Amino acid sequence: MQIILDKVNYLYSSGTAYEKHAIKDTSVVINKGEFIGLIGHTGSGKSTLIQLMNGLIKPTNGNIYFNGEDIYGQGYNMKELRSKVGLVFQYPEHQLFETTIFKDVIFGPNNLGVSKVECELRAYKALAAVGIDESLFEASPFELSGGQKRRVAIAGVLAMEPEVLILDEPTAGLDPQGRDDILEQINTLHKESGITIILISHRMEDIARFAKRVLVMNKGKIEVDGLTKDVYSNTGQLEKMELDAPLITYIIKKLKEMGYDMPSDIITIEEAKREILKIIRSRK
Amino acid sequence: MDIINVDDITYEYIRRDDDGNVDSIEMALNKIKFNVRKGEFLCILGANGSGKSTLAKHINAILYPSEGTVWVDGMDTKIDKNLLNIRQTAGMVFQNPDNQIIGTIVEEDVGFGPENIGIPTDEIWTRVEESLNTVGMLDYRKHSPNKLSGGQKQRVAIAGIMAMKPKCIVLDEPTAMLDPNGRKDVLRTLKELNKREGVTIILITHHMDEAIDAEHIIVMEKGNIVMNGKPKDIFSRPEEIKKYRLDLPQVTELAYELQQEGIDMPNGILTIDDFIEELSKVV
Amino acid sequence: MIRDITIGQYYPSESVLHDLDPRVKLISTFFFIISLFVFNTFYGYIVVTLFLYTIIRLSKVPFKFIFKGLRGIMVLLLFTAIFNLFLTPGEEIFKLGFLKITKEGIYTASFMAIRLSYLVLGSSIMTFVTTPNQLTDGLEEIMKPLNKIKLPVHEIALMMSIALRFIPILLEETDKIMKAQMARGADFESGNVLKRAKSLIPILVPLFISAFRRANDLAMAMEARCYHGGEGRTKMKPLMYKRNDYMAFSAFSLYITAVIGIKIIEKAL
Repeated sequence: MQIILDKVNYLYSSGTAYEKHAIKDTSVVINKGEFIGLIGHTGSGKSTLIQLMNGLIKPTNGNIYFNGEDIYGQGYNMKELRSKVGLVFQYPEHQLFETTIFKDVIFGPNNLGVSKVECELRAYKALAAVGIDESLFEASPFELSGGQKRRVAIAGVLAMEPEVLILDEPTAGLDPQGRDDILEQINTLHKESGITIILISHRMEDIARFAKRVLVMNKGKIEVDGLTKDVYSNTGQLEKMELDAPLITYIIKKLKEMGYDMPSDIITIEEAKREILKIIRSRK
Repeated sequence: MDIINVDDITYEYIRRDDDGNVDSIEMALNKIKFNVRKGEFLCILGANGSGKSTLAKHINAILYPSEGTVWVDGMDTKIDKNLLNIRQTAGMVFQNPDNQIIGTIVEEDVGFGPENIGIPTDEIWTRVEESLNTVGMLDYRKHSPNKLSGGQKQRVAIAGIMAMKPKCIVLDEPTAMLDPNGRKDVLRTLKELNKREGVTIILITHHMDEAIDAEHIIVMEKGNIVMNGKPKDIFSRPEEIKKYRLDLPQVTELAYELQQEGIDMPNGILTIDDFIEELSKVV
Repeated sequence: MIRDITIGQYYPSESVLHDLDPRVKLISTFFFIISLFVFNTFYGYIVVTLFLYTIIRLSKVPFKFIFKGLRGIMVLLLFTAIFNLFLTPGEEIFKLGFLKITKEGIYTASFMAIRLSYLVLGSSIMTFVTTPNQLTDGLEEIMKPLNKIKLPVHEIALMMSIALRFIPILLEETDKIMKAQMARGADFESGNVLKRAKSLIPILVPLFISAFRRANDLAMAMEARCYHGGEGRTKMKPLMYKRNDYMAFSAFSLYITAVIGIKIIEKAL
């Protein structure tokens, strides 16, 4: 159990006319090495939830534990927490500020007081992980393409060597190729270094492809928490929360209605292909 | 009858070094040629850097071709005195919803365009009301744009263009920064404008599902038009689509995957219903 | 935090004040502020208070919202009050070491505090009930004579209104960038002045870049919507004095007369 949120509430501008109950009585456990999808329509509280997880905002009440320690306990090292729980915001390329890519990636580890050599080593590793070529290291981040900038910004968080990486719509606004590149890199990272991933995305099919478990937020609460295939196959429940399941689930649903025998928890193209082939071949 | 006629245009982008000498010349558009019929719904697809945005800016006379001519409703975009007329005829909506709203109140923003072209006050009010109504944002006329969702902001931006009574609207990735619900709303609005008001729509997007319902699709790569046809034809060429770093719609992808396994599926399946129908033929 | 600042914001509502011509509101606010400084007597301030109260009620802006704006200037208010409290010479009523409080000190301190808060209240109510666009339209009209000395009045006004529209967006952006850099271990709170100033670079650079990008986008969007300067432009909401505006002017003159009257009477006594 890496991160635990225990009955957490968060109120914006509490005590004023603008008070907003952004997170309501939410408890959740994130385990080491998981790949979790976090979905929910705009304003459901996803962004607030992830900011609570790395101590950027403080819950109005309730407790948050990281690796068994209360992050608001006496003498807790908040800076270290922020390095352990890396947070990649939406459009992270908007935070780039250094003159070279390499310097920008070093910013994070340098803030942690890591030695210069170690900083550089980490920057190399992080940039390699997101597929930025060494020939670009000394270039200005502002000369890059949109997809490259995004990857450099992600490297900036990776260089802090987090145990948990939270990404808020890392593929928003990218073209299909750029989107797939980043998702593949995140998945490789997860597989190879065992890093815990929490991925926010509006693209249901991306979550279906990579995340085993999914949290669905609605009106400030985690309304559903379960295996992605179970959650997605319950299309009615998703629609109630203004979300669409991936298209594939609708195809499978239709086929089942027509009397074809297939499991209902098919959510990716790969799985659908397999099952449909099974049926076709069994009938021949 | 064509509303837009892009006649063999080339656009060169000149990069200069620190001393102002020409460093390199990039061909952002390379002998592009196509036309858009009045009332058509055209979709332009292409990876980042393929020249889509540059092309869009030519239609609105923000950029001028280095060679060739862009005709908007019979007007040459290079001739200065046509400028205001062209921009009224072919309005443009941009990607970032925040950076194109000028007014601090929704209705004042929608009125900005008509004010610029000297429409009398009474007429501005009628137009503002009509256009906000068309995009379904009339209830928000007194609101501050800052309090709206991304999808609502984009609809206000569309209303701002509609208030100039354009014959054509060019939209440069208007849904890229929106959530799925915002995207649906914007797309529905565009379809309605196209059907009901007969406005020609040129939509640039990365979302293939938005392109399915277009009448026509143009695919661009490296400043060239590499595919040009109806959605069914375009998506019937999955290998090509993938080569140009684009997606297939999910259904099309599934059909294609099955085809690869030797199942007899036709090309260019775009909807669930088509897919089911074709599948039941094989099973 | 930053988002709590309400001064200069617009509060959408439908009230008599919202409907008034911005010129009426601008001119009245100007004279109201002068009245605060000219008429510094006790009875005068009763009238001022009553007037302000009526205005707040008429504006239909909740009291809570209005007073939130005062919080932003609390430090300034306290500072002025304390300064006046201890440094005004006069009849001593309390002494603590070298600090002494005088009767005049208490009087001036409370007066300054009230005067400053009234000033802020008065001007923030004006912005609450006037959209930034109207505000700039009003200023543009009032400043129109300056066109004769080649001052680009329309452009200045447009610049102001765009600035007003983007302030909340940029504030929000600042908040976001700050959090993003904090997530990368940045520290804005500790260290000496120099270190703190340096720690602002990771915020300021992205903020400037974003502001430039926005300005660029906006310029293009304005061009695409046929903007070509003030020439040949019509107005959706042209400024025209209506019956209500004349009435408001009369009511305001009444207020000014009342304060002047009290001042004269008090002097005579």
